[in-house]
Amino acid sequence: MDWLSTITRTFFDFGAMAEVLPQLIGVGLLNTLIISVSATIIGVALGMVVAVMGISSSAWLRVPARIYTDLFRGLPAILTILLIGQGFARLSQSIFGPSPYPLGIIALSLIASAYIGEIFRAGIQSVDKGQGEACRALGMSYAKSMRLVVVPQGIRRVLPALVNQFIAIVKDSSLVYFLGLLVSERELFRVGQDAAVLSGNLSPLVMAGVFYLVITVPLTHLVNYFDSRFRTGRRRPSAPSSGLKELTELDAASPLITGSNT
Amino acid sequence: MSASTSTNNTAAGVQTFHGSSLELRNLTMAYGDIEVLRNVSLNVAPGTTTCIIGPSGSGKSTLLRGVNRLHEPKGGDVLLAGESALAVKPDILRSRIGMVFQHFNLFPDHTALENVALALWSVKGMSKTAARDRARRSLAEVGLAERADHRPRDLSGGQQQRVAIARALAMEPEVMLFDEATSALDPELVKGVLNLMAGLGRRGMTMLVVTHEMGFARKVADQVVFMDEGEVVESGTPVDLFDNPRSERLQRFLSEVL
Repeated sequence: MDWLSTITRTFFDFGAMAEVLPQLIGVGLLNTLIISVSATIIGVALGMVVAVMGISSSAWLRVPARIYTDLFRGLPAILTILLIGQGFARLSQSIFGPSPYPLGIIALSLIASAYIGEIFRAGIQSVDKGQGEACRALGMSYAKSMRLVVVPQGIRRVLPALVNQFIAIVKDSSLVYFLGLLVSERELFRVGQDAAVLSGNLSPLVMAGVFYLVITVPLTHLVNYFDSRFRTGRRRPSAPSSGLKELTELDAASPLITGSNT
Repeated sequence: MSASTSTNNTAAGVQTFHGSSLELRNLTMAYGDIEVLRNVSLNVAPGTTTCIIGPSGSGKSTLLRGVNRLHEPKGGDVLLAGESALAVKPDILRSRIGMVFQHFNLFPDHTALENVALALWSVKGMSKTAARDRARRSLAEVGLAERADHRPRDLSGGQQQRVAIARALAMEPEVMLFDEATSALDPELVKGVLNLMAGLGRRGMTMLVVTHEMGFARKVADQVVFMDEGEVVESGTPVDLFDNPRSERLQRFLSEVL
């Protein structure tokens, strides 16, 4: 059973796992979460701008949004991260200092905003046109009707897709290590990778993988739960009712309705 | 006669309306190159009800949408209270004209009360408390005081349409437009909504009503307009149109629907 012990030593060296655990939690998990959450927040904000531009009737807003989306969705994430992380390194240095960490977050945000923009656009466009029309008929401006009625409904519909996007960002956050992070800035993958070099086997990376799954798997199931809930709606089942009830109520309710000419 | 019938409903009682006059002058509307409304002229006196009847696709709904400029007219003019509606900012114009849709178009994530209150604070600039008070009164007027905290999906079609009417009325419009307001309702609930509309008319609201309810048009309308192929074929009093139709097209239409 030589191959079995080889596998155990390569992937399940519990000693090496235990050794890297504090670093994975204290440094890796923390940084992965910081990077992913920041990129998601910025991505959502930018994505909303891109989405609203994308459904504008003015080509001056629509076309740039389209190009932006095509660009960041069409390029491999690693390429975008390297181009931005190294291309703007000098500019970043004068603003954030020598660490490439902020640039990594920005690159991830730009990629995320292209996807999130499309998610928002689809959500907003799926809202019944009558909603916007009802707003306009009441005298609301286009901006107000979007802000108060149409966009909130659109967002609610795409919450599951947004969680999926967050999961994608968590996984993509591992790519930031390409920019060369300081020891204290390393995210899960890099921590696992460094420890794997020291331990001479892959067990620390397996442990890092477990942490990714701990973040992403519960979220996946949360999405499924929400998705089915949104689909079926929250309407409580009710017993069969008589139309007479409403008619009686109507007759009793208002001087406006009763005493009519029928 | 309407105000005198006011009972104990609200502290303010049932107020009368002061509808404005509405006039269409050679209104022409188009979707792209296709003219769907040609040279429609129409006079609606203050406080009167005009019913527009005609087959689907005859331009009835388009005409309503031209009045409040949900769709911009291509030619002609709309006069609200004697002034050109085309010279007013569309948002201002629309806040003076109430519109009720076939499919209600209530906001599903708002309660009945919030549906009515939304435009009061966001367009009229009322405080949220004042808007809610006004909305509550408006709902009471249509018999839905008890249902203020229900969301649209928990209301029947008739109740939803009455919320929509309350939402439009709360803005204190000068003219009300109804676009097949009862076409999507349970048969049993149609009468309640029609009675509500008739009540508005009696209390002095100027109303332009697109409808397939010939009984309503005959009984409530001061003027009936028959449209076909984007033009007014015939207009006059209900008696003129229903009892003595002159055009062959209207005679044919009535023989099919009555």
